[in-house]
Amino acid sequence: MTDPRDVVMRLDRITKRFGALTAIDAISLTLRRGDVVALLGENGAGKTTLMNILFGHYVADDGRVEVFGQPLPPGNPRAALAAGVGMVHQHFTLADNLTVLDNIRLGTESLFARGTSHAAARARVERLSRDFGLAVHPDARVGSLTVGERQRVEILKALYRDARILILDEPTAVLTPQEAEALFATLRRAIAQGLSILFISHKLHEVMAIADRCVVLRHGKVVGEVATAETSGAELAAMMVGGEIALPEARPATAGAVLMRLDGVTTPDKGAAPGLKRVTLDLRAGEIVGLAGVSGNGQAALADLISGLIVPASGQITLGAPPARWSPREAIRQGIARIPEDRHKTGTIADFTLTENAVLEGYWQPGFSKAGLMDWRAAEGFAEGIIAAYDVRCPGPGARIRLLSGGNMQKLILGRVLEPGPKIILANQPVRGLDVGAIAYVQSRLIAARDGGAAVLLISEDLDEIMGLADVIHVMSEGRLSPGFPRGSKTAAELGLWMAGQGFDHAA
Amino acid sequence: MSDLFDILLSVSFWAAAIRIASPLIFATMGELICERAGVLNLGIEGIMVIGAFAGWMAVYLGAPLWLGVTAAMAAGMLFGLLHATLTVPFGLSQHVVGLGVTMLATSTSYFAYRLALPEVTSPPKIAPFAPMDLPILSDIPFLGPVLFQQTALTWAALICAGLVGFVLFRTPLGLAVRAAGENPAAVEAQGLSVTGLRMGAVIVGSGLMAVGGSFLTLSAFSSFFFEMVNGRGWICIALVVFGAWRPGKAVLGALLFAAFDALQIRLQQTPLGAHLPYQVFLMAPYLLSILALILMSRRAEVPAALMVPYRKGER
Repeated sequence: MTDPRDVVMRLDRITKRFGALTAIDAISLTLRRGDVVALLGENGAGKTTLMNILFGHYVADDGRVEVFGQPLPPGNPRAALAAGVGMVHQHFTLADNLTVLDNIRLGTESLFARGTSHAAARARVERLSRDFGLAVHPDARVGSLTVGERQRVEILKALYRDARILILDEPTAVLTPQEAEALFATLRRAIAQGLSILFISHKLHEVMAIADRCVVLRHGKVVGEVATAETSGAELAAMMVGGEIALPEARPATAGAVLMRLDGVTTPDKGAAPGLKRVTLDLRAGEIVGLAGVSGNGQAALADLISGLIVPASGQITLGAPPARWSPREAIRQGIARIPEDRHKTGTIADFTLTENAVLEGYWQPGFSKAGLMDWRAAEGFAEGIIAAYDVRCPGPGARIRLLSGGNMQKLILGRVLEPGPKIILANQPVRGLDVGAIAYVQSRLIAARDGGAAVLLISEDLDEIMGLADVIHVMSEGRLSPGFPRGSKTAAELGLWMAGQGFDHAA
Repeated sequence: MSDLFDILLSVSFWAAAIRIASPLIFATMGELICERAGVLNLGIEGIMVIGAFAGWMAVYLGAPLWLGVTAAMAAGMLFGLLHATLTVPFGLSQHVVGLGVTMLATSTSYFAYRLALPEVTSPPKIAPFAPMDLPILSDIPFLGPVLFQQTALTWAALICAGLVGFVLFRTPLGLAVRAAGENPAAVEAQGLSVTGLRMGAVIVGSGLMAVGGSFLTLSAFSSFFFEMVNGRGWICIALVVFGAWRPGKAVLGALLFAAFDALQIRLQQTPLGAHLPYQVFLMAPYLLSILALILMSRRAEVPAALMVPYRKGER
């Protein structure tokens, strides 16, 4: 074995329970100097809970954490920082209205110091960003930065405090392939300087690329620890889910008639989010159109447009029948199924029952209301039908939807929009935050709908998902839409260049 | 028209504007600190009442004037502690708690006043802060009477605004307070206590509100009477918005409002006052404030986490 002094962090039988649920169960793990350990597991396997314990956001019910041989006091982020643990959260912990420098400096000086040495802090940030390849302007307002830049600020925050251990929670989830490469380059520099890294992910190829060792979690338990050199992606995947789950594979489809056409559509920008810039797009029967791109590049505007929430400033929407004034209700009337990006915020009303949520879009239609009065019996029947057909695990149609897991909530939404037999399906990040089983289910339903003759627009930040499902791929960047690329005609790296905005100038 | 010019050129108008603005400046700074940390403090109206009462009562019982100001501050901080405890660690609705604190502080003041002075019919007087008389400065024509014959408490208000601006934007503490109002998770992730920062801000801010209230009894008038705060707290809430959460702009807003108020009193005595009911004049500062608020605050950057309770570990 290596020198025990090389051990920088040791977790010893950490356990955390939330009520009756044991989120993590006696997890032990050792991290050495210069080590890159990947923590691999599905959503709900306990990865993020474990990280939050390490960093002091939660207090473990049992077990201990040692950093550089010293026990880490529980529930104390300050102590974790002082011990040299730096964390890059999945949801960035940055204040948008403050500058990069202010965000980095926050909490690093004594609160009651008079004035501060701005210049010294600045010089240090600039030196760190040079040394680690983290280009970002210290005086920029964080709110004006791209997601990739914000992540650099998060890493700089940790480095500024002399972190010796970096914990990264799903760091590539929001990056283009090129940005992810740049991140890996930064991490390699950090390793070369003797830092240790704990890398949380569910993306197997990244884990294989950067980690020395993988610790696989399932249902809160360590189910395996392997050196990446001695394993394969398939083996890790099987460990993660506890058996083989085949993701549905879409057979090539034969596209039919155009069901919806956007013709040179432009919409106004909405704050920092760009609107559409002269977008032309055809959605055909029996075809899945995949929309790739880094989030915040106009996908929201396109989704809002198709949902009926906004109207084009110029350009035209053509459907089979010419629509009346374009509105959400008109979109529903035209047979557009809308699976919204954020199922908590726009997809459901948390304190409404499953029945109420099931008829949110259609309560005004003849089946559910009579003479201006709700027909609750019909509504409940509809909800029960969805619960049975879509395998929604729940206490019953009268339960508040808040109690459901993300996957089951998504199944209810899926049932709500697919049951009426839509012509066009807008699926905006339909599998975000779901576990592999639920992902497979949702994707197979979308494929089935396509095979049934619906036009599907799949918006996703996950390039693998797009490349796996879509018959035609478009890329969005700053509100512009690339030409459609047929399945298999572009590699991930080529699509990544389009995502970064290259290629548009030649095309235009 | 010439009446208006006469008023605008008079020393007494400008001196009055600054005097009327003083309590507003204290209380607006107090509210601004709370809101910068992410807590809307609707207890402000009541805290100003308790400040006016506590300051006056202390001096009435024989304390020196500055001790009266300190007593007001302490009373305000006590109610600030109540507000902070309910809204920060318990995370209760800031609206409901704030209105509750206002009602509690107001009625506590009235109750204590009646308890202490059951028999009085006309409010007893104290000797308030006297206008300063500085050598040379006070004798400068125009500027002297406007600026240098104010009471010490008016100067304290202006210094307080400068200090609040300095602390918020030039010190690590101010950065931490502002960050707590923008994204508490960021504060937590940097190892600072969101609860501590927010509670501290609310308590200190409430202390300043109470000092603003005490200006009314210890400097502007010389006695305490019911309804004397008369909505000034609510005006300060609007002034914070008007000032876009910046101390300098908020002071300007307070001066502007006070100038409108000083103007309307004087306009009532012009020939115009004979034609219009006096209520129209009383209304004018509020109408103009609403107008200014609409014009000024459209692009203001609200602290992103204002009114969002923070619970550790919750996403």
